This record gives sequence, structure tokens and C-alpha cells, in this order.
Amino acid sequence: MNDFEPKIVAFLCNWCTYTGADLAGTSRIQYPPNARIVRLMCSGSVDPTYVLKPLLDGVDGVLIGGCHPGDCHYQSGNYKARRRVIALKEIIKNTGFDEDRVWLRWISASEGQRFAETVTEMTESLRKKGPSPMRRKWAV
Amino acid sequence: MLTEPSGNSNVGAVLVVGAGIGGIQAALDLGDAGFKVYLLDKSPAIGGTMAQLDKTFPTNDCSMCILSPKLVECGRHLNVEVMTYAELESVEGKPGNFTARVRQKPRYVNVDECTGCGDCAAVCPIIRSDQFNADMSERRAAYKLYPQAIPNAYVIEKRGVAPCRDACPAGQRAQGYIALIRERRFADAYRTIKEDNPFPAVCGRVCNHVCETACSRGKVDEPVSIMRLKRFVADWAFEHPEEVAEAFRPKIEADNADADSDRLRSAASAESTGKKIAIVGSGPAGLTVAQDLRFKGHDVTVLEALPVAGGMMRVGIPEYRLPAEILQREIDEIINLGVELKLNTRVDDVVALKEEYDAVFVGIGAHDDVRPPVPGVELPQMLSANDFLREVNIGYYPDLMGKKVIVLGGGDVAMDAACTALRIGTMQADERGGEAPEVRVAYRRTDTEMPAQETEYRQAREDGVLFDWLVSPVEVEADEEGNVCGLTCCRMELGEPDPSGRRRPVPIEGSEFIMEADVVVSAIGARPNLACVPESVSRTPNGRQIAVDENTMMTSVEGIFAGGDTVTGMAFVVDAIGAGHKAARAIDAYVQGAPMPGPEPKLPVAELTEEDIAARREAGEIVEVTRACTLVEADVGERVHSLCEVSGAVSEEEAVAEAQRCLQCGICSECNQCVYACQKHCIDHNMREEIVELNVGAVLLVPGLETMPGDIRPELGYGRCANVVTSIEFERMLSASGPWGGVVQRPSDGKHPRKVAFIQCVGSRDITCNQGYCSSVCCMYATKEAIIAKEHDANIEPSIFYMDVRSFGKGFERYIDRAEQEQGVRYVRSMVSRVTEVPGTGNLRLQHATPDGNNVEEEFDLVVLSIGLRPSQDTRELAERLDVALNEYGFVKGADLRPAQVMRPDGSVADGIFVAGSFSEPKDIPETVIEASCAAARASALLSDARGSLAREQVWPEERDVSQEPPRVGVFVCHCGINIGSVVDVPEVIDFTADLPDVAYAEQNLYTCSQDTQEHIREVILEHDLNRVVVASCTPRTHEPLFQDTIRSAGLNPHLFQMANIREQDSWVHRQDPDVATGKAKELVTMAVAKARQLCPLAQGVSAVNHRALVIGGGLAGMTAALSIAEQGCDVTLVEREEKLGGNLRYIHTPLPGGGDPQELLQRRVEAVSVNPRITVLTGAEVVDMSGYVGQYRATIELADKQQEEIEHGVVVVATGAQEIQPEEYLYGEDERVITQRELEARIADGDLTKQPIKSVVMIQCVGSRDEEHPYCSRICCTEAIKNALAIKERNPNTDVFILYRDIRTFGFKERYYRQAREQGVVFLQWDKDEKPEVRSEDGQLRVDVVVQPEGEMFTLDADMVVLSAGIEANTDNEVVAQRLKVPLSEDSFFLEAHVKLRPLDFAADGVYLCGLAHSPRFLDETIAQAYGAAVHAVSLLTKDELDSTSIVATVDPLLCTACGLCVDACPYGARVLEPDAPCAEVIEVLCQGCGACIVACPNKASQQKGFGIGQVYQMIEAMSVAGS
Repeated sequence: MNDFEPKIVAFLCNWCTYTGADLAGTSRIQYPPNARIVRLMCSGSVDPTYVLKPLLDGVDGVLIGGCHPGDCHYQSGNYKARRRVIALKEIIKNTGFDEDRVWLRWISASEGQRFAETVTEMTESLRKKGPSPMRRKWAV
Repeated sequence: MLTEPSGNSNVGAVLVVGAGIGGIQAALDLGDAGFKVYLLDKSPAIGGTMAQLDKTFPTNDCSMCILSPKLVECGRHLNVEVMTYAELESVEGKPGNFTARVRQKPRYVNVDECTGCGDCAAVCPIIRSDQFNADMSERRAAYKLYPQAIPNAYVIEKRGVAPCRDACPAGQRAQGYIALIRERRFADAYRTIKEDNPFPAVCGRVCNHVCETACSRGKVDEPVSIMRLKRFVADWAFEHPEEVAEAFRPKIEADNADADSDRLRSAASAESTGKKIAIVGSGPAGLTVAQDLRFKGHDVTVLEALPVAGGMMRVGIPEYRLPAEILQREIDEIINLGVELKLNTRVDDVVALKEEYDAVFVGIGAHDDVRPPVPGVELPQMLSANDFLREVNIGYYPDLMGKKVIVLGGGDVAMDAACTALRIGTMQADERGGEAPEVRVAYRRTDTEMPAQETEYRQAREDGVLFDWLVSPVEVEADEEGNVCGLTCCRMELGEPDPSGRRRPVPIEGSEFIMEADVVVSAIGARPNLACVPESVSRTPNGRQIAVDENTMMTSVEGIFAGGDTVTGMAFVVDAIGAGHKAARAIDAYVQGAPMPGPEPKLPVAELTEEDIAARREAGEIVEVTRACTLVEADVGERVHSLCEVSGAVSEEEAVAEAQRCLQCGICSECNQCVYACQKHCIDHNMREEIVELNVGAVLLVPGLETMPGDIRPELGYGRCANVVTSIEFERMLSASGPWGGVVQRPSDGKHPRKVAFIQCVGSRDITCNQGYCSSVCCMYATKEAIIAKEHDANIEPSIFYMDVRSFGKGFERYIDRAEQEQGVRYVRSMVSRVTEVPGTGNLRLQHATPDGNNVEEEFDLVVLSIGLRPSQDTRELAERLDVALNEYGFVKGADLRPAQVMRPDGSVADGIFVAGSFSEPKDIPETVIEASCAAARASALLSDARGSLAREQVWPEERDVSQEPPRVGVFVCHCGINIGSVVDVPEVIDFTADLPDVAYAEQNLYTCSQDTQEHIREVILEHDLNRVVVASCTPRTHEPLFQDTIRSAGLNPHLFQMANIREQDSWVHRQDPDVATGKAKELVTMAVAKARQLCPLAQGVSAVNHRALVIGGGLAGMTAALSIAEQGCDVTLVEREEKLGGNLRYIHTPLPGGGDPQELLQRRVEAVSVNPRITVLTGAEVVDMSGYVGQYRATIELADKQQEEIEHGVVVVATGAQEIQPEEYLYGEDERVITQRELEARIADGDLTKQPIKSVVMIQCVGSRDEEHPYCSRICCTEAIKNALAIKERNPNTDVFILYRDIRTFGFKERYYRQAREQGVVFLQWDKDEKPEVRSEDGQLRVDVVVQPEGEMFTLDADMVVLSAGIEANTDNEVVAQRLKVPLSEDSFFLEAHVKLRPLDFAADGVYLCGLAHSPRFLDETIAQAYGAAVHAVSLLTKDELDSTSIVATVDPLLCTACGLCVDACPYGARVLEPDAPCAEVIEVLCQGCGACIVACPNKASQQKGFGIGQVYQMIEAMSVAGS
């Protein structure tokens, strides 16, 4: 599976991580093209189904990016996201699915490098894991 | 009836000077309050110092994260006009109506058009140190201040035109191509040269290079060899045609450009204008005109009388100086543009050409020699130099073998003629076996006065030409056969100087003698042959040349132009080229019927003074090489035997080394590479400084401070030791966008430091360097930097060396405690006296005193100096220009207890000019923001009657109802010049997109954001009935509003828009893999279209506003806020629960030395509040209930008579104050001699102390502060104690006053009182928190035991009075008030603002504001500032008729809602409500901020977020392609 290219969907908060992703661009930091970014207003508005649906659809990983603790534009949205993701990963694990395909990361507006590194690391990690088992499920 | 003039001449506009966080806040406040705001900053972007910070204390928020939305808001605000790179010159007029003169510096980039893509910086050859990164990294002369800068535009740093370019008649950008040579970009250098000069290879050989005379390097050692560098590039270009073609190739191929797009060729195929131009003469002037006009698309014919082209370049300059082949190359390039050249075509009448041509240029050179007025000049061997050289150059050689040749003259032509004669004769001798000729130059002056260039003279001498000085011909002698046989000359001597400054040769009578000669060549001057120019064309006054208009080069006959030697007489090639360009510009205008060009504006010349050079040398910017390119010439003995070129070439290495010698006088070299690179054509190097006049009602000064130089205390090693850095440098080192990407490393060797020392008070609290004040922020920022450094690298061990820890702000004390206890930051109370480097290690040795007074040394890996802050020189000068008073440290002098107001030097208050932020005293971000709002409030009050008069409101066409239409999506994909287009295959994306469902239209744009494209999109929407629009370009964060406005202008709801970010998140980050990037772009567009299909119009919620404010609390804060709101034109109800107004102010009696009297202030306020018709005061009253939301509150107030009253209001200001802590220690309440500071003040005011003088007073600090119960600092007690101590000393200097303290926290200018107290003998004794002082009463004598630090010795003090500096604590009923208002409290039960840094006066919920002690302990002036600030926020809202809510609010589907209430808990804004017994939950749209928390909380999916619907997100997910699925 050498040419396997994992597909990642990234839900980024408008204020910190999306801006950080933009900064990676302005700074021309190169990183793998595997992530598809969906801009949301806050990591706290990431519905659990936003994570489950792509996983069921065969996406290899889901990244949620929010402001660092204490930095949330909406005071506490990132804390809500944190609690929710912990619970969600527990559920995913219980279904026998690899919960490490879901990453939650705090990336600020000035951390373009960190955003690029996160996508790089996640792509590498998923590449090692191989394609999502859900892909086979749907491939008839 | 007489009507009085309204007298309203107030202007509803405000000028805010300085766009740091303070200026930004003031601008936003005033813009929101209905004023037009000009926000001025001298730097090219707004943001100030805060933009440079990595994190902010005490929350460790990312500085850029919290600042950036404010920047964007400023950039977009309809009422805020951002003016960057501009400085305030003067302000005239009167308060309410000023004229401000603003100096707008040229940016050289059109700020409105620039997309911030950085193409210009990528090609800029000029390297500068990046001041934004504290000079620790480099940037180019074309730069953007920082990545998130607003305006998002580049700027070019330029001092002016470089002296070399200024001196050159052709305006050659010498500094430009030299910079490119240094970068080894020779092809680019060639393009730069060709920009101004069609003959680089010629001018690289035969120029008089006045550029080198002007070169500043000549002031250091020798000028840069500019001419030879040019020749190097020209020769290189000939050897490398492919690279040159590439350099000229446009970055974007035109759609129909299937042919080679080489600039020269494309000009050849340029569309013809049909205008015909004749050029008479193919010299440098004529061919320059031909080239320039051909580029403009005109049909050009060059008529040349001779059989060869090139004019004097070809027939006047000898082959050995300029090989004909090289010249021909450059001529051919011009001819190949499509210029018609007719050789052997003599024109008889240039004016007659007008019949056939639209314009005529006469460039016939100066080919007629001036003959000496002596007998015998008609003899056959009497030649003229021009004729001689022309014949030789064409190939006719006279027989000179063995001849004696005399050349008359001393100019370059004489040298050329002599050396040519010598070569021809020698070559003939070589061929035929005879003698070489003897060539002499006879000149009537001496070599000192000779006009020939030094090189030419030297080469002639080396060649063997002989020179006779001070001789002048009298007669040419002939033999019997009529051949020349000699020249009779007379001797000359030098007399008085003539008009040229040279001494005039005077013949010596009777000195005639005969020189032997076979041939005489006269080279004493030349003039044009004007036979073909009819008399109707005016001549110059001397009749020898054609007269022209100096701006247009047009002669007295319309349509006939002239230039070059024809106009000037003999001159140099560059002079002719310069004239050619000028004439071409005018001819183009003439034939196109455009206005004729006027004089070319003179741009400032960037000459370097001796001081500049000294400074650069100091900074190590001057490469110390005297001359890098060695002179290579053909061998002296050999070269006279042929016509081979004498000057040799410069090697590549030498050229690069020579180029490094350039001092880059202009900074920007005007090399034009940015102009070629910028596909949006935003760059204009001809921009000039402008003075802009603004009519404003008030001026706010918010210029901020600068950090002090690192070497303000040289003994601390900065500048000497590489690993001693300043705090601002360290801040940049910590920043993820800093020089090393946030990796903490040492500047000297890149090692990760382990032991890091922070040295406090560098340039603060230090009268030895005239910085007698405390910079207020250093203790906190050092702690922050220590914590963040540890976060970056856990191995770091920070130590902070300090005098007093000054953590006096809200939340600061806890921050320090955490740093010390949890993060392991070590605090050392000791001043460092010296820092030295440990040889060979880069480590640093710190010398400091231990508590026992010994000096110890400790080694560190890195030292950070916590440098203080001061106003910059510019700022001080600005204040002086505005006639504003400065204090002894150069800060603006504020009015006592009247924050934001400014004093004049004469002691009066400067009306209409306000100050905010650190310019009045060093302060941190929240205090700056507060003052900015305070200043805004004052301006708002002054201009209240003009509010809204200049505010802008956007008017939109009526919105089209698209609800019944099926989606028709229009997709616009942007190339962004080459930013997207060079990586992503945009046409492929378009092809792909067109097939997506519901896509009705797809097109590509070079720049989708450009002004004309907006209009185009509008038309396309109408033409194709589009009802959804997708733009695939850059980030929605900066560009979404622009496109939303565009579709709005086409009648679409702005929310029917979606963006795909294919630049920042695609083409810029996947440059190596265009295919994958294209694939990703397709997918991102597919996702955007998928969402767009689901988009619905969103209505902007509005709600009405009640224009009354309710202020709770009648202390200083409440009264001030009420007054300010009333002054700004709104009604206020002020509720105070006590019987009297005044709150804590009633107990403050002692003024600070020189400060305003608190009781007088109280009286003034109470009076003003009581008589103000807009203010309703309710004392003895309490708010018992409150309902509603922003704009529409309803409060129930219980009045003094227990009756209840309901009032409706739009906003609430919380000013409920705080209380003095009741001490429960130190015998307080047990012994009446133990009192609090407040009680002491009452006694001082009563005169008690003078009635019965007391011997000894002991004050104890931190009573109830900084302990377990109150783990915060009460901020004011140190200053309060010192103030009272000074008052006691003033009344009785013999009273001993002891102040027992932990840290003295007299921040800012309060440090003065600390110093004053020590000078007056107040004794300060420091104790440690683990060894508190003890107060005991022994035999009726009060005694205080204190263990004094740092020595640790116990002292016992006898006291007649013990004064406890009791702290401030929150009101006990704050919790009740907080619940009533639904606002949060801090850990210490003070009210908690929306954001500690940037929203200190607001609550998270709109419409509730906070000021005074209810916020945190603070001084009177700080309280007043807060009250004003809260007031302006309140007024901004109150003056609106209705409030807009954000459109992306939550909504509820009542059918799905089960009224479980989870959404209510999730909402941090109180926007979700569930009324008792209501069937479903509701959303109060004006309160909803659109975070989406409630949507996720809703178990039934009854809540949805508009614009981010769950279905829309699902569609985006489904639109992603998953391989294998």
C-alpha cells in the first residue's frame, strides 16, 4: 500500500486554527495535500456526527482544530469540544474502530508551522495505519 | 424674529494618531459611535507593538489571535479610514474644527490594489534587516510588515533615487542592476539595464560614466566601477540568449500568445497604431526614439545617409574602443522590433518629410568638424578628425606608414584620432615592411586642462603617442607639390581663467616655430551639418544647433523633433539616449493627440552624507573592499598593431565582488523587478510624498512607546555578548512567526539554552540614565516570557533578577505565584551589576549581590534584559509641533484627575486634543484600551452635535427573492496572478466545475478581487440569473466581505455566497506538486458548490433600542459614567443605594503631591450630576430585579421610601465599587492607635496630626492583600502609604515614618513619590511573607517587631501610631448583583470582564458595561478613565435606533424542540432562553454570537446554526472524494 494517500477532513475554528492554516500558506510552509478543511465558527460547534459521518464514509482521519485552552473566542467552546471528543473517542473505541484516527489539536492563529506539522504528522500516522476499514466495507 | 445662528461648526470626524491597540480601540469606538475616523500610523501597517508580541499576560493568550480580528474590523469599518505610512505634521484651528496636515509617505505600491501575494518581495534584490523581528531576520526592500498586516499590502522601502541614477542622463538604474549582479541574476540585471538603455554594450565601453562621479562609494574609497559592470552584464547577456529571453518572458502568457513571448518579439508584433514616424539619422538618439516608439506600436522608419547605421557610435568611435560587431548586435535588436531602416538615404529637407509622416525626429549628430582658422587648412593632408575616423571605420585607410602625424586638440576625439592614426600606420608598416608613424598631439593648454578622459589619455601615452603642450597652430606649411610638410605653431602661456574655469591660453609673441608634419588632423570640435534643416526650424542662439523645447524636444516647427548632438553639440552616447527617451515620450503624445509632457518631476535624491556612511560603517554594512574588478587591457606593445579592443572584460567573480561594494544609497534600487513581477500592476516607483489635509473635530494621540536600546546599561553586555538579548528580541524568538519559528536558541551558536536569566529594570527606575520611572510592564512580561520559554522547552531554568515584583494588576499576583510555584521560575531579589562573557563558551557570567551583601557570580546560557519603555524621538517632536506639554521624561503631560486630557506648555488644558495609552505613562494593554475608550468618550462628547454627520451608510439594491428558484451557482476561480495559476491548473478546474450539479456558470479571472472584476461578477449574476456564488481564491477571512458586497450589489442576499480557499490552503502550500494541488482545488470547489446549493438567504435580525442608560452605583465611577453618557447626549438613571452620592471617594482626602484634591473632585461631580437635566439620580435606591436584554432592559428599583419603580433602558453600567478590607490582625480594633490608611487620611484632613505631633508612625503594607484569603494585590496601597507618609512629613518633618513592605509597587510615574519619600527620610523596611511583622502593646507602648530582609535581622520599632494599609475587596453582595444581571464574577468576586486584555469594560453579553472598583482595585484617575470608556461603549449602542445581530445566529425548530433546556446551559451569552412553561426554547438573536455550542448540545437537532447548517456540512463531507469508495 505504498501509494495509499490518506484522506483527512479537518474542522477548523474560524478564529485560531483556520487562521493558523492561512498563516502556513502566507509563510509558504509546505505540507501534504491530504486534508480538506471545513471552516466552522468554533471547535465547540463540531457535532459528533461531523466526526462519525466521514469515518463511516471511508475518510481515513478527522482533525479538529481549535483555540488553545483559555483562548476561545466564545469563552469556552474549545473546552466543550475537548470534553466531547474524549467521550466520542471512547465510543469509537468501543465499536472496535481505531480512535486514533480522530485528532483534536489546539493551534493558534500564529502557529502556521504547527498546523503544517500537525497535518504532516497525521498524514504519516494514517499512512502507517493504512486505509480506513470502512473503505473496504463500501467497496463492493 | 431674529434667529440665532446655530453655531454648530463641529466636524463629525476624528483623527487618531497611532494605530497600535490603543489607536485601534479608539478608532473602533468612535466609528461605532457615529464618527468618521482617520486612523493614522507611521508604519506601513496597523497593529503597533502588540503585533510583535508572542503572548499576553496574565492569560497567555496568543497576541496575534486576539489582535487580528480587531485589525480586520478596523480595515473593514465603514467609518474608519486607515492611513498607514503617514505622519501628522500640524493641527490648526479650534476644538471641534481642526485642519490636520498629514504627510503621506510614498509606499510605491497601490495599497488598494495590492493583494499581498508577495511576488514583488520574491524578486527584490535588496536585503534589509527585519525590524519587526527585532533585526534578527532579513526581509527585502519590498516587504509586508508582518503576515497578518492590515492593510494586507506590501510597501517598498526607498530613500529616493540613487545618486548614480540621478546623475545619468539616461536615468540608468545603476544601483538596480548592481544589486542584481550581486545576487548573480545577470539576465535580470540585463533587463533592468535595457529598461533605460538600448545600448548597454556600447555604454559599458565608451561612457563618460557621470554615475561613477556621483557614486557615494567614492566618499569611502573609490566609486563602484559601474560602467564596467554594465559591460559585464551586456557581454554575459550575449553569451546567454536563453536566460535573457526567460528573464524578459511575461509571467502570465496572454491567452492568444502562441508565439514566443520574448519582449522584443512581442513588441514587434504589437498592434500598430497606424502612426508613421520618420527618424533622420541612426545614431543613439534616433535609434532610442525608434525603439521607444516601436514599443508603443508606431510604424518607424529610420533614414540614414551613410551606408552603415549607428551614427557616431559607428563612425566616430574607433573599432579598438567599440568593436563594430558589438554595436551592430544592439542595433539589430532595435531593427528586429520591426523598425524600417533605410541606409544611404540622404534627406534634403526634414520638414518636407511631414507630408508623408505624422512626426519627424532629427538626430543627425554633429559630424562637421570645426576647422582651425589658419592658412593651409584646405591642403589635402590637412584632415578633420571626424572625417578621418569615419573613413577608417567604413574601411578606407589613408596611407600613414612612416608618416609624421600631428593631431590638434585635447579631447577624446583627439585621442581617438591619434591612436587610430598610430594603429593604421603601424598595421600598414607591418604589412608592407616599413616604419611605424610618429603621432603627436599638439594642444594649446597643458594636460591638466585637457578635456580627454583620463583613461584615453593614459592609453594614448602607453601606445606611444607624443604630446606637445601649450602650442597652437598658426599655419599649415605645404611643399612645392602642395602637400603638407609642416605646421607652424606658436607657444602659449596660461592666462586668466575663462568662463569654463580653465585658464585661457595666451600666445607668446614671437614664439613661432615649425613642427615637421606629413599629415595634420584637426580635432578641435564638431557641429551638426544643418543643410537638411530649413531655416524655418529655429537654431540655438549661437546658430550652430537646433533649438528645441526642453520638455518635449519639439523644434519651432510642429511635429518636428530633434535631439542628441544635433541639439547639444558633441556629447556622449548616454546624453543622446536620454534625449531620445524624452523625445519619444513627446512624439507618442503628439501623434496620439495626448497632452504634451511637462517637465519631469524631480524625485528626491538619496545621497549619503558622511554621517550616513559613518553610521553604516558602524553597523558593519559596508563591505570593505577597495576595488574588486581589476583593470585588464590589451598588451601595450601588441595592441597598436591591430584594431582589437583594448579594454578587457570583467570576470564574473570580480563583477559580483565589485557589486557588493555598492552602498545601496536609495535602499530600493528601482531595479524594476517588482514591476515586472507584479501582475496586478500595483507598483509605481514614481509615487511622491503628499500632504493631505483633513478636517476633523478632535485629535487623539495614541502613538505608543518604543523600547529602550539594549545598551542603555552597557555593563550588562548587550551588543558585546551575543547571547545577551533584549526582551523584545526574546519575544520574537518565542513567537511561532519569529526568526526561528519559535525555537528557543542562542543567537551565537543556535544551542538550546538551559539557564536563562532575566534582568529587570534595565532603563527603568534608574535615574543614572534619566529613566526615573517604572515602565510598569516588565515584571509581568519577564514572567510571561519565562513561562512561555519553559512551555517551548521544559529544560529551561529561568531566573528573574528584580528589585520589587510589581504584579499589581487584575490576576497578576496569581500569575506570579503560579510561575514561581508551578513553573519553577526562580525570583532573585538582587540587582545585577555586571555581565561578562565566559570566553569560548558564549555563556554569561552575572555578578550580583546576595542578601548578605556579598557579590557572587553565576553562569547562564542566555541573558534577557527587561528593557524599559520610552516615547520615541518622533513622538516627542510630534508633541512639540502640536504645542503639547511634555514631562521631564518626554511623556505627554496629562491633566490631573482628568484622564485623556492634555496640557499645553503654558499650563492650560489643550482642548480638542486627547491622549491615550502609554504616551501619558507606561501601561499595559488593558489600561491602554481603557484610556483609548476614555479619549474616545471625550471626543464623542465634544462633537456630540455632529455625531453621524460624516458617518457612512451603505445602500443596497432591493434583495431578490430566490426562494422559489432552483439553485443556479456561479463559480469564479481566481488565478491570483501566478499565485494560484502557476500551481493549480485553473482552466482544468473550470472545466471540471462546469459539470457539477446546479453550476450554471463558471469562469476564471486573473484577479477575482480586482475592482473591474467585481463589476463583471455583478453583470454575470444578472445576465445568467445566478442565485448562488462561489469564489475559489484566497481566504474568506479577508475577502469574503468584499464578495458578499458584490453579490449584494446584484440583488442577492450576501449569505448566498461561499468561498473555496485555494491559495493559502492549496497553491501556496503544495507548490511542488501541481497535479495534486489541482486535484485538491477541484475538491475544495466541489465542497464549496455542495454547500452553496444548500445556502439560504439569511436575514439580519434587528431589535429596537431604548436610549436610556442605567448606571448602578453612585461613586466616582458611576457618577463619571453617568455624566459622560449625558454629555454625549443620552439620558441616564443613576442608582445609588446609600443616601449620599460619592462612594469610597468620600473617604479619600490626601491628594498626591501636585495632584488634584479628591474632595474637590467629589464636590464637582456631585454637583454636576445633580444639575444635569439628562441624569435622574435615585439615592437610597437599589435595583432589585432586571429583565430583558440588550437594547430593551427593564429594571425594578426599590426607592428610599420602599416604593418600587420600573424603568426601561437600553444598557447597564455596573459601577458598584468595592470596599476596604476590615483588618483582623495587628491589634486593629483592640488598640485605638492602630488605624487604617483611610482613618489616617481623615485625621490628617482634620488637622489632628498637627495638633499633637507624634514621634513615630509605622505603616504596615499588604494587610489583607496578597495573603491566602485575598491572593491578589490591591494596587493602590503602596502609593497610598507613601502619599500619607509624605503628608505626615510635610506637616511634621521630625516624625519618624517607617513603611514595612513586601514589594513597593509604585509603578509608572508613582515611582517619583517613592523616591521623594526616601529623600525625605521615610524608612522602608522589607519583610518576607513568611515572617510577618508583629504589633504588640507593652506597658502602653506600641511596639512593632519586624524581621527585615534581605539581612534577616529583627528590629523592634516603637510606634505612636500603627497604620495598616488595608487592601480592597469585592462587595459582599456582588454575587446577588451578578445573578441579577447574568454576568460572571472572578475568583476574587470582582466582576469579570469579557476579555481581560481587549475588552476590559464590557461583559460577554452585549449592553452591560463595567467600571471602577467593581472591576478591580484602582486609582482615581484610572477609575475615571474606565468610567468614560464604559460610557462611550454604552453611547455607541444607545445612539443607534436599532441593533443588528450577527446573521449566523442559532435558530430553533419548534416542532423538534422538547424544551429540555440543554441549549440554555450551553450558551455563554444568555442568548438561549426557556421561559417557564414555554413549549420550546428560544434564541435572542441580538445576544447570540453564533458560536454553535447550543446546536451541538441539542439532542433533537432542533437547534441549527444559520450559515453553518448540519445539512450543509454533511453536503461538504459528501462532496469529498474518497478513493475506493
